[in-house]
Amino acid sequence: MQIPAPFDYVRASSVDNALALLDRHGAESRVVAGGHSLLPMMKLRLARPDWLIDINDLFELDYLLVDGPVMRIGAMTRHTTLLESDDVRRLFPIICDAERVIADPIVRNRGTIGGSLCQADPAEDLSTVCHVLEAVAVVRGPAGERMLSMAEFHRGPYETAVAQNELLIEVRVPIRAGSGSAYEKVERRVGDWAVAAAGASVTLAGDGTISQVAVGLTAVGLDHNVTEVEAILVGQAPAETLFIEAGRLASLACDPLADQRGPIDYKRHLADELTRRVLRVSCSRAAASVSDITI
Amino acid sequence: MTILEDRPSNPAAGDHDRPIGHGRMQRKEDPRFVRGKGHYIDDIVLPGMLHGAILRAPVAHARLVSIDTTEALAHPKVLAVITGSDLQALGLAWAPTLSMDVQAVLVTDKVRFQGQEVAFVVAEDRYAARDALELIEVEYDVLPPVVDARKAMDPGAPVIRDDLEGRTDNHIFDWEAGNKAETDAVFASADVVVKQEIVYPRVHPAPMETCGAVADFDPIDGRLTLYETTQAPHAHRTLFAMVSGIPEHKIRVVSPDIGGGFGNKVGIYPGYILAVVGSIVTGKPVKWVEDRSENLMSTSFARDYIMQGEIAATKDGKILALRTNVLADHGAFNATAQPTKYPAGFFHIFTGSYDLAAAHCTVTGVYTNKAPGGVAYACSFRVTEAVYLVERMVDILARKLDMDPAELRLRNFIKKEQFPYANKTGWEYDSGDYEPTMRLSMKMAGYDELRREQKEKRERGELMGIGISFFTETVGAGPRKDMDILGLGMADGAELRIHPTGKAVVRISVQSQGQGHETTFAQIVAEEIGIPPEDIDVVHGDTDQTPFGLGTYGSRSTPVSGAAVALVARKVREKARFIAAAMLETRPEDLEWEKGRWFVKGDPSVGKTMAEIAMGAHGTVALPEGIDGNLDAEVTYDPPNLTFPFGAYICVVDVDPGTGHVKVRRFIAVDDCGTRINPMIIEGQIHGGLTDGVGMALMEIIEFDAEGNCLGGSFMDYLIPTAMEVPDWETGFTVTPSPHHPIGAKGVGESATVGSPPAVVNAVVDALAPFGVVHMDMPCTPARVWEAMQGRTRPPV
Amino acid sequence: MQISMTINGTDVTREIEPRVLLVHFIRDDLRLTGTHWGCDTTNCGTCVVLMDGQPVKSCTVLAAMADGHTITTVEGLANGATLDPVQQGFMEEHGLQCGFCTPGMMLTARALLDHNPHPEPLEIREAISGQICRCTGYATIVRSIQWAAEHPAGAAAQTTEKEVHA
Repeated sequence: MQIPAPFDYVRASSVDNALALLDRHGAESRVVAGGHSLLPMMKLRLARPDWLIDINDLFELDYLLVDGPVMRIGAMTRHTTLLESDDVRRLFPIICDAERVIADPIVRNRGTIGGSLCQADPAEDLSTVCHVLEAVAVVRGPAGERMLSMAEFHRGPYETAVAQNELLIEVRVPIRAGSGSAYEKVERRVGDWAVAAAGASVTLAGDGTISQVAVGLTAVGLDHNVTEVEAILVGQAPAETLFIEAGRLASLACDPLADQRGPIDYKRHLADELTRRVLRVSCSRAAASVSDITI
Repeated sequence: MTILEDRPSNPAAGDHDRPIGHGRMQRKEDPRFVRGKGHYIDDIVLPGMLHGAILRAPVAHARLVSIDTTEALAHPKVLAVITGSDLQALGLAWAPTLSMDVQAVLVTDKVRFQGQEVAFVVAEDRYAARDALELIEVEYDVLPPVVDARKAMDPGAPVIRDDLEGRTDNHIFDWEAGNKAETDAVFASADVVVKQEIVYPRVHPAPMETCGAVADFDPIDGRLTLYETTQAPHAHRTLFAMVSGIPEHKIRVVSPDIGGGFGNKVGIYPGYILAVVGSIVTGKPVKWVEDRSENLMSTSFARDYIMQGEIAATKDGKILALRTNVLADHGAFNATAQPTKYPAGFFHIFTGSYDLAAAHCTVTGVYTNKAPGGVAYACSFRVTEAVYLVERMVDILARKLDMDPAELRLRNFIKKEQFPYANKTGWEYDSGDYEPTMRLSMKMAGYDELRREQKEKRERGELMGIGISFFTETVGAGPRKDMDILGLGMADGAELRIHPTGKAVVRISVQSQGQGHETTFAQIVAEEIGIPPEDIDVVHGDTDQTPFGLGTYGSRSTPVSGAAVALVARKVREKARFIAAAMLETRPEDLEWEKGRWFVKGDPSVGKTMAEIAMGAHGTVALPEGIDGNLDAEVTYDPPNLTFPFGAYICVVDVDPGTGHVKVRRFIAVDDCGTRINPMIIEGQIHGGLTDGVGMALMEIIEFDAEGNCLGGSFMDYLIPTAMEVPDWETGFTVTPSPHHPIGAKGVGESATVGSPPAVVNAVVDALAPFGVVHMDMPCTPARVWEAMQGRTRPPV
Repeated sequence: MQISMTINGTDVTREIEPRVLLVHFIRDDLRLTGTHWGCDTTNCGTCVVLMDGQPVKSCTVLAAMADGHTITTVEGLANGATLDPVQQGFMEEHGLQCGFCTPGMMLTARALLDHNPHPEPLEIREAISGQICRCTGYATIVRSIQWAAEHPAGAAAQTTEKEVHA
């Protein structure tokens, strides 16, 4: 069996303690949460930290709170917790859609939202979800807290704005009345990384027109939302013709690579197809949520 | 006889309706497994045991320039580092394969596939052994690899096996079966001829437990005890004796509980040999267990056949002939495990279940810079490839003739009265009655209703496919006049002892990897001699404890060893008659048998039970001349022919037209494996094989890039179905006993793996018919299905 | 480093290297070999154990990370001679063949039934979707877990046992 290279291990007792440990052990120290990305890399000896700082005891970061206009999600919130939360299902169905297809139920018992976002794997689902929901990442370091938009936080494949001596501690997701969202992924098998996936969030105005929209793509070489769709959708009533055009724009905006999961044109096609699907579902969920409010 | 699968409503133990022998009973091996008390290779810990790890080649083809082990040897926990040159000095650098080739145990001259064994570290613990691998420095001179089997025979292709004297190309063998001239003549005059290239890509059996060994060489008495993940302990013992020079009586091979085999654990891998060498060198027991990447990258793969298929028929749907040329990629060493006379296994059963006028096949084997192997993964010696070819070709023909594929099959089956049936490539099918089996599967599926549903869905643009496969297997290798592996005849032994108190032990030469031998073999004995199966212990997997035989693969346990066990039980029963006669002071011919008891004809109250007879045999009863004072017997069974199980499978799929994703909605499997011993175990064997088939059809593939890097080297890329990809299987059965097997059983271990891939692919192709798709190769991944919908069907290799 | 945890109701304390994987700690240090391993990449689930009652893949948890936690392995499923209904169900419905994936499957089943005593077949399939069985084709595993759900007898005794260990 594959085995990691030797390292020293320390368990952090608080966020401040974790930051102090990161500061003390420097560049060759790594934080481990669920460990389901880092430990396999260490077993392959592609990652060889000298120090592993275990933050699983930071229960202070394991929370889900509806706090006025935002939902605050602690970085140590496990995937399973997100998937099973009624508030999350009601407010952000896209998160439930995505969580259902992230790895498998057992991995989801250990994996955390913070770990997923910080790993920033190009095929990782929650980064897209957070882009689409226009979430804000709260990062704490020796100099205090920083609030970063996803565009600022997520710098590219495997790269975030979190410095070596900082921790992602919270994700804040704005709550919008009259909104609906959805995520759909194509995978070769349950539990596989995405061939491609798309997420959308739509807010409907009182007159039924789209007042806000965001579309994001996973595993097709796009680290930010498909901003081109906003211009054609905002102010319009949801319509299949618009979804088709949005899909076309999404397929043009992405930049996939050919691999074992499929050729480039297939992945572009999926960007198109899945964009249409998630917009359709998001709009109908938004409409349902509007009618819930009126009732 | 045609019956739907009957599951008792209360299958609990203590089901009094169960016959004494054959029937559904809980497995005797389960209590230890559900308590976590199985005893697998990595569970074995011997006093002072060391751990081995293998350094593997990072490239597919390279000359070995130098190895520096100094730093690794300096590791405080490392006891030995063994290289190819060390083995060369011992004459152990190369070992024979099961196909009369040789394979490098450790690289001496040249790396021939990525993942090949380069050096072996022995250390105090497994962590240290792994660490030390990083301390070995190896210099390679990288060579251009041969990756595409189609180019292996190109002039100027790099010669992979320059270790073999006089070798100037990558050709291994040409082999043919059937009559070419006759077949060509039928083709020349046929109304309809359809051609199709059909690729069965490389896949891997990937049992959940990887391969491993614990070698314990005792230098004082020169005795080797080798615990191994092997499906063939006796054959391995003989081979180890031949390779190592340790006399065979000083070698004991033990196959403990095995976490799945599927053919992966038939071959002798370098790691096993290295564990032995490590133990000899250090004087201590050495354990070696491969990790998952090592398993996928270096041990026996399966398939890798590029088949050019042709089928000839009349325009009203009478199939006349089949022919095919096959290019077989055997990897860097010809290490397939198959009977010597058959380098392409039993591929020439590719005539399938149909009554043909002619058939001909040729198979050419080539070397490539890939892992060696070829026969593995529950294929019944290439019957999988054969069935896939014929069942795809028949479907393609049905499309061409615009006929329903079920109707075309029904019209061409070998008829019941034609059995025993001599096909055109040299097989004699023992028994069969195909039409009722096919009809039952159609009835269970609601075939006509499914076709109606499909028609409606097509009108709405929905993609639904119905795939049929009808297979004929050939298993139970095999008659010693035709079949051997490295000169060892493919027979199996059995020994039965009835203890004085009437409890029994039966010792068999085959070995279980989950098939439930401890249960079914006890049931066979119980049926024959009337002792409850609970009172019969089955001993297997230890060469010191069991008679010689060739092991478990190719679905041969029931057809060969099952026959041996039935016969040895009958021998004991007959012996019991003589002892009972002595005890009753009568003549043997005056006794009559009822299950468990000999009694006096016409006076059933006077008789002796097996327990009484056993006590009598071991007691003081005066025995007739020639009868030993025991109730034991042994036999070695040489099967007169193979057995030919068959079955009808129907698969229903839904394809997402937007993404190409395939969902297997239903799968109906009707199997005929002759006499059924334990229906619960049979159902389990079939379910597992169907899952293999769905896996191969939809997702499993070992791919290589242009440099020969293996792209399927972990479970992240070698995908195996989970519970979400497979439906709730619908099984049924018919019973057509084998006429030559003592209890009429045919074997079932691989039927579903053999029969299911074409059903799934036929269903996918059927779903894609509106796009004009006539054929697509496996695996039917979302991307490949979508490409097929765009009119781009490309072979996977 | 020194770690302590409760395994199958017994407190254990051992000196280990920080890099020791939980699966190796359980198998090699504690000699509880019912927990298996089948891959290195968290895909196969033969190494599943319960950590504080939740299934985890012990090949991707460090023993150090389990310090202070409660672990249940297959050896802790039965209450003495009385099998857990899940174990009984696997025997009744032929939920196992080679037995290699079985401990992990049974532990996931136990956690599922503790959480959801009457799961639908699809819920069972989802629960075990991070675990591979190469032998059974899953249908009999689903039936085995359903059997356990339908036969919770003995569950009372088992709860008592768990409380004692907690």
